[in-house]
Amino acid sequence: MSLLEAVVGLGDDALVLGQRLSEWCGKSPWLEEDLAMANTALDFLGRARLLYGYAEALGGCDEDAYAFQRDARDFTNLLIYELPCADFASACARQFLVDAFDALHLERLSESADAELAGIAAKAHKEALYHHRRSVAWLVRLGDGTAESRCRMQKALADVWGYHAELFAPVEAEADLIAKGVLPDRAALRPQWLAAVTATLDEATLAPPGADGRIDGGRQGQHTEHLSPMLAEMQHLHRSHPGARW
Amino acid sequence: MPLFEVFVRPRRGLQHQHAGSLRAEDAELALQYAREIYTRRREGVSLWVVRSSDITASQEDDAPAFFDPADDKPYRDATYYALPKEVKGL
Amino acid sequence: MAEAANELRDAEARFDQRIKRDERVEPKDWMPDGYRRTLIRQISQHAHSEVIGMQPEGSWITRAPSLKRKLILLAKVQDEGGHGLYLYSAAETLGASRDEMIDALQEGRAKYSSIFNYPALTWADIGAIGWLVDSAAIVNQIPLQRCSYGPYARAMVRICKEESFHQRQGYDIMLTLARGTAAQKAMAQDALDRWWWPTLMMFGPPDAESVHTSQSFAWKIKRHSNDELRQKFIDQAVPQAEVLGLAIPDPDLAWDEASGHYRIGPIDWDEFQRVVAGDGPCNRQRLAHHRRVREDGAWVREAVEAHAAKARARGARVGVEGAPDAAV
Repeated sequence: MSLLEAVVGLGDDALVLGQRLSEWCGKSPWLEEDLAMANTALDFLGRARLLYGYAEALGGCDEDAYAFQRDARDFTNLLIYELPCADFASACARQFLVDAFDALHLERLSESADAELAGIAAKAHKEALYHHRRSVAWLVRLGDGTAESRCRMQKALADVWGYHAELFAPVEAEADLIAKGVLPDRAALRPQWLAAVTATLDEATLAPPGADGRIDGGRQGQHTEHLSPMLAEMQHLHRSHPGARW
Repeated sequence: MPLFEVFVRPRRGLQHQHAGSLRAEDAELALQYAREIYTRRREGVSLWVVRSSDITASQEDDAPAFFDPADDKPYRDATYYALPKEVKGL
Repeated sequence: MAEAANELRDAEARFDQRIKRDERVEPKDWMPDGYRRTLIRQISQHAHSEVIGMQPEGSWITRAPSLKRKLILLAKVQDEGGHGLYLYSAAETLGASRDEMIDALQEGRAKYSSIFNYPALTWADIGAIGWLVDSAAIVNQIPLQRCSYGPYARAMVRICKEESFHQRQGYDIMLTLARGTAAQKAMAQDALDRWWWPTLMMFGPPDAESVHTSQSFAWKIKRHSNDELRQKFIDQAVPQAEVLGLAIPDPDLAWDEASGHYRIGPIDWDEFQRVVAGDGPCNRQRLAHHRRVREDGAWVREAVEAHAAKARARGARVGVEGAPDAAV
């Protein structure tokens, strides 16, 4: 895998989650939470732009070509980011798992041998620490709230859990970049992530989801069925006017 | 959900100032919401949140007794004291 | 009894003097019931408008045609939520709770600006809403920064400051479309055609027919008439449309040298009344969405309340308390 491909993959992660989060605008449980959700979405979308911008500098295409002119098979985001949210609990469950991952992953990535990537990661890491604080608090509130909220949270965790393994799954093509110190070894982050996640689940009085599923393929463009409809909505207008400026 | 008042320190070196209010169930959530709502445009470097019900406020009826007595103490202002023009540095 | 009557008279006199001297009325002050009711009605209506107004634009966030536009639109719609919140807070200082105000909205007892009952059909509508609707809102809101009620006036100061980017981004979209492909330009003209008249209606009925106006003037809640504000908006929008190279959909529109104003053709007030009464293209959809969101959030509200109650019962300190320099 080239550095360019790696950067685009990270950009896709951020874009796809940013898009999912932006779907919440005007739909959060109350007004204050709606503003908070939008801030999180803005952080991820902003991160996507930085990464695509770097990809362009590395010889790739421009940010809108990445976002709007590729089909699902060309997207290389990890699957966990593209899952739709059935309810607020499922948004919180996914966010909690990926924020805990980001808090670790982006810290390592900010030490990348590639200075540009390290700089983007350092900025994103600050955001991730705040997101993580927020999502931990939500997990605990909903887990240790009412019987209904615990039940919803437990189900949401079970639904998303199978996708967490891909966050740490070694991708053969990344080995070279890991060896050069450009990308962190994601697999090595899992024990620390699991310890942090388990501690929060415990505080939230939630049972750790059972078996470790392992669903992956995102980095190879093998997606769930959820990505394509999301892209159809996102890309429709842009693609309807080829060559237009917006 | 209870009402909280939000105080923002705009810059280091300035005191916290009342910015507005919001609703949140607990102080941690109130603090996060204060950050999301009242510092979207780099308005602050530090935040306080306090339950509105914890504020004791003077009432309009108190105003004459509380504040009018200060009106007749002009001798607390520097401008009360006339100085000869040639005096500098006071 | 006589003493109570005297006290009331004194309080009224103090209030009237305060208004006369152009001083701000603050939450703990005595105020006439009518003043309080008028403000609660107006501020909550304003808050509802901000929140309902998130819907037409919000539906385009996921479809924005570029990443830059997506971020700008999301930030803008988020701001509107923030403005709703500032306004609900201002109304709450008058003793109305946010829940009560939202009940009134959902039960149809409270209104919101009728403009949001029109649909955002194309991307150009996002430009037209920002340019026209936000400009009109700002023309309305600038004088409200001097409204006699302090919390409302302060909310307006903050809102006007934040909204200046809203109209600019709208105009920027229109400018880009107007200078874009033929299809884009047609899209922009179509949006202007559909939003122009409803925007003029935003300022409310003509002065001769306006119900609440005279008392609001006396209380210095309102400082300019509907027609004055409408004219101010028209005078600034017409030259802006010329720069865009778009045509305002009014055959009677003409510059009147004598008065120094643009004159417009007749506004269809029947349409306005129909939409206010509930028969705009989107009234039902807007309220249904608002109800659905509140219902979907009910279990979350219950959960946070239950969690906070448990935390209190455990005597746990929630969050980082203490403002160490408060006493300094």
